Amino acid sequence: MHQGWKNNGLIRASKAAAVAALLMFSGSVTAQEAVTAAPVPEVVTVDNISTEQTGVGYTRSAPTPGIGQPQPRGWDLQEPMTPIAREAVTMAHLVLNPVIGAICVLVLGLLLWVIFRYRAAANPVPSRTSHNLVIEVLWTLVPALILLFIAFPSFKLLANQYNPPKADLTIKVTGYQWYWGYEYPDYGRISFDALPLSKEEAEKEGVPYLLDTDNRIVVPAGATVKLLVTAADVLHSFAVPSFWVKMDAVPGRINETWFKVDRPGVYYGQCSELCGTKHGFMPIAVEVLPEEEFKAWVRMRQQADGIEPTGPGIAPVTAPATAEAAPAVTPTPAA
Amino acid sequence: MATATDHLVAPGNHDDSHADHKPGFFQRWFLSTNHKDIGTLYLIFAIIAGVIGGALSGFMRWELAQPGMQILPWFTDGNIDGAYHLWNMFITAHGLIMVFFLVMPALISGFGNWFVPIMIGAPDMAFPRLNNISYWLTSSAFVLMCASMFVPGPAGFDGAGTGWTLYPPLSTSGTPGPAVDLAIFAVHLAGASSIIGAINFITTIFNMRAPGMTLHKMPLFAWSILVTAFLLLLSLPVLAGAITMLLTDRNFGTTFFDPAGGGDPVLYQHLFWFFGHPEVYIMILPAFGIVSHIISTFSRKPIFGYLGMAYAMVAIGFIGFLVWAHHMFTVGLSVNTKMYFTAATMIIAVPTGIKIFSWIATMWGGKITFETPMLWAIGFIFMFTVGGVTGVVLANGGIDVYMHDTYYVVAHFHYVLSLGAVFGLFAGFYYWFGKMWGKQYNEFLGKVHFWLFFIGVNVLFFPMHFLGQDGMPRRIPDYPEAYAYWNEIASWGYVIMGVGVIVFFINMFLSLAIGRKAPANPWGEGATTLEWTLSSPPPFHQFETLPDLRNQPSGH
Repeated sequence: MHQGWKNNGLIRASKAAAVAALLMFSGSVTAQEAVTAAPVPEVVTVDNISTEQTGVGYTRSAPTPGIGQPQPRGWDLQEPMTPIAREAVTMAHLVLNPVIGAICVLVLGLLLWVIFRYRAAANPVPSRTSHNLVIEVLWTLVPALILLFIAFPSFKLLANQYNPPKADLTIKVTGYQWYWGYEYPDYGRISFDALPLSKEEAEKEGVPYLLDTDNRIVVPAGATVKLLVTAADVLHSFAVPSFWVKMDAVPGRINETWFKVDRPGVYYGQCSELCGTKHGFMPIAVEVLPEEEFKAWVRMRQQADGIEPTGPGIAPVTAPATAEAAPAVTPTPAA
Repeated sequence: MATATDHLVAPGNHDDSHADHKPGFFQRWFLSTNHKDIGTLYLIFAIIAGVIGGALSGFMRWELAQPGMQILPWFTDGNIDGAYHLWNMFITAHGLIMVFFLVMPALISGFGNWFVPIMIGAPDMAFPRLNNISYWLTSSAFVLMCASMFVPGPAGFDGAGTGWTLYPPLSTSGTPGPAVDLAIFAVHLAGASSIIGAINFITTIFNMRAPGMTLHKMPLFAWSILVTAFLLLLSLPVLAGAITMLLTDRNFGTTFFDPAGGGDPVLYQHLFWFFGHPEVYIMILPAFGIVSHIISTFSRKPIFGYLGMAYAMVAIGFIGFLVWAHHMFTVGLSVNTKMYFTAATMIIAVPTGIKIFSWIATMWGGKITFETPMLWAIGFIFMFTVGGVTGVVLANGGIDVYMHDTYYVVAHFHYVLSLGAVFGLFAGFYYWFGKMWGKQYNEFLGKVHFWLFFIGVNVLFFPMHFLGQDGMPRRIPDYPEAYAYWNEIASWGYVIMGVGVIVFFINMFLSLAIGRKAPANPWGEGATTLEWTLSSPPPFHQFETLPDLRNQPSGH
C-alpha cells in the first residue's frame, strides 16, 4: 500500500485523462464489455456479483474461531488485532483489572474481618472511636495516588488513539436504518451496502449469524485504514471490538477513526448505538486480505460498479506495466 | 392563614391538641399534606411502579435466555419486526420507570418525606401543599408514561423505542407518532415534581431544624437528601430544557438537534448527560445516607468520620456536575476533552472511597448484630464497591471505546443501581418498617429475601461483565450464538431474584396483617436519631413541642 501511495502522484495525470475519456464515452458500458471479453482464469465465489464477469481472485475468507468475534462462553476481552487494541488490552490486563480486583478483595476482606471479629458475641463492648485523622488522610491520599498511577497509561492510550500514522486507505462509513453503507473514495468511489446474512445463509457459509454480512469491508493487511463515519438518518455506532474501534455515526457530522491490522482474516462487530427497530441486526464484517488480493477485490468491485481501474496500486488503463500490480487481470484496453 | 393551620390543627377540632387526630379517608390520602402520609403514598407508588418495571425486565431476560426470538413475538402475533420494536419499548420503559418511578420516588420522596422532617426535629415539611402536588404530578407522569406504550410510535408500531435517554434523531424524525411526546410529557411532569420536592427539602432542612440541630449535627440521611435536592434543583431544569427542545423539534419545526437546519444531535447528548450524570448520584446518595444510619445502628457505634462522610457527599455532588461527557466518549470528542473527562471522572472515586472505608471503620470495634437491614447494608457496601471499580475502568476514555454500549456498562450501572440503590432501598424499608407501619417485619423471611436477592442479582449481573468484555452490545433482542452461555445463566439469576421479591411481598403482607407490634426503638442503643424517640408509628403530627438538642454533642 505504501508503494501505492507513492505511485499515486505519478500516475494521477494519466488516470485523470482516462477518467475524462471514460466519462465522454459512457464509461461503465465500455468497462463491462472489456471485462467480459477478458479471459477468466478461475471461477471464484463472489458476493452479489456474477462470477462470469470477474476475472480476478477474490474469495470470501472464512473467519477464524476465537479471532475477531466473540468466544463461546468467553469472559475476557476479544483478542486484540490492532496496535491500539494491544496497548489497551495490556493496560486492562496489567493495570486496571489487577487494581480493581485488589480493591474488591481488600474491601471484601475488611468486611469479612469486621463481621467476624466485631460480631456482638466476640466484642460485647463497642468502642466509641469516631475519628482518626491519620487513617482518614491515608484513605484519601492512597486512592488518589492509585488513580494517578492509572492516569498515566490511560492518557498515553488516549493520545495514541488520536495519533494515527498517515492513512493508506480511506473508507467512508454511513449508517442507515438498518444497514451500513461503505464507500472507497481512493478507488473511484467503490460503494456498496452491507446487509446481514439470514440464518440459513450464515449456516450455509459457515459464518456466525448476526455478525456476517452479504458484503464485507475489505482492507489490505498492514495498511492504516482511516474511517470517516457518518449517518444518514438516526444515530448509529460503528464498532469492531477486536480493533478497539467504536465511533458513533452522527447525522451532520463526519467522525474520524482508524485501525491497522496485520493479520489477514475476518473480524466482526455490531451497531452499538440504539437506532430503532432492527438495531440488533446491522452487523459489521471486516475482511483483511493480503495486498494483492485486496487489489483484486478492488478491481472486481470496480468492474462490477463500472468504474475504470483507478486508485493507489491499481493499474490505470493507460499504464502499460500493470501486470506486476494485478497479475490476475488482463490489462483492459483503453476506452 | 387557613392554609397554614390546616396541617397543624386537625379540622373541626380547634380545641383538641391531641396530635393523632386524623382526617377522613379521602382527605387524608387524596388531599394529603402530611409528610408521613405523602411518604407512604410515594412508597406504595414506587412499589407498584417497581413491580411493573421489574416485570418488563423479566420479559427481557426471558427473551435473552437463548438466542433467537422466542418470547416477544407472542405479544405481536408473530410479527418479528413488531417484536424487535417491542424490545426497544421494553428497554425504554424499564429504564424510565426504574429511574423516575421506582428509585427516585422511593428513596428521595418516600423515605425523604417520612424521615427528613423527623430527623431534624421538624413537625412537617416546609410546604405541605407543594408536597401534595409533587406526589400527584409523579402519579400523572406515570400514567402518561404507561399511556405512551399504547399510542403510535415509529411507523407501524406503538410505543417509544428510543431508550431512556431519548436521543434524537431517533426520538424526533425516527419516531413520528405521539408515543415520544407522551414520554417527554411524562419526564416533564416527573421532573417538575422532583424540582418542587427539591425546593421543599432544601427549605425544610435550612429553616426548620430543631433548636440545636446544627448542620454539623444533622443526621447523614438528612445530609444526603440535602445534597440530592441541590443536584435535582440544578440538573433537572437542564433536562426540562433539552426535552422541551425535543418537543419543539418534533412538533413546531425547530431544528435544535437536526443538522438539516443547523442543529446537532450531539447537543442533546450534552444537555441530557449534564442532567443524567448528577441523576445517577441523585439515585445513590440517599442510599448512602440510609446505609450510614444502619451501619452505625447495628454496630452500636457513632458513624466514623461524620464530617468526612457529609462532605464526601457534597464533593460527589459537586464533581458529579463536571463529568457528564464520559457518557459520550464515542460521539467524536477531541482528545483533550476526553482526557479532561477521564481525569475528572476518576477523581469521584476518592470521595466514594472515603465513604466505603468510613463505613468499614464504623463497624470496626463495634458490637455488630446482623438483623435484616444490616445484611442489606453490608451487601450494599460490597456490591457498590464492585460497581464502583468497574466505573473506574469505564472512566478511561481509551478503554471505554471498547466498553461503551456493551453489557459491561449494563453490568456496571446495575451493580451501582440494582445492587446499590435498590439494596439501600430494601435496607431502609426493613430498617424503618416497624417505625412506619407500627408492625415489625418477620426477621426470618427478611433474611431469606436478602439471600435470595443477593445471590440472584449477582448471578444475573456478574456474567454481564463477561458478555461485555466479549463484546456484546446493549439493547439487542437477539445475539450471536457465542453469547448464549452467559445469557442463560443471567436469566436464571433473574428467576432467583424474582423468588426473593416474592418472599419480600409475603413478608410485607404477613407482617402488616399479623406482625408483632413494633416498639418505639426496636434496635437498641445504636439507634440514636430522632425517629426512634417517637412511637411506632409516630403520631400524626409529631414534635408539637420541638425537641431541644442544644446540649447534645455534635457528630451525633
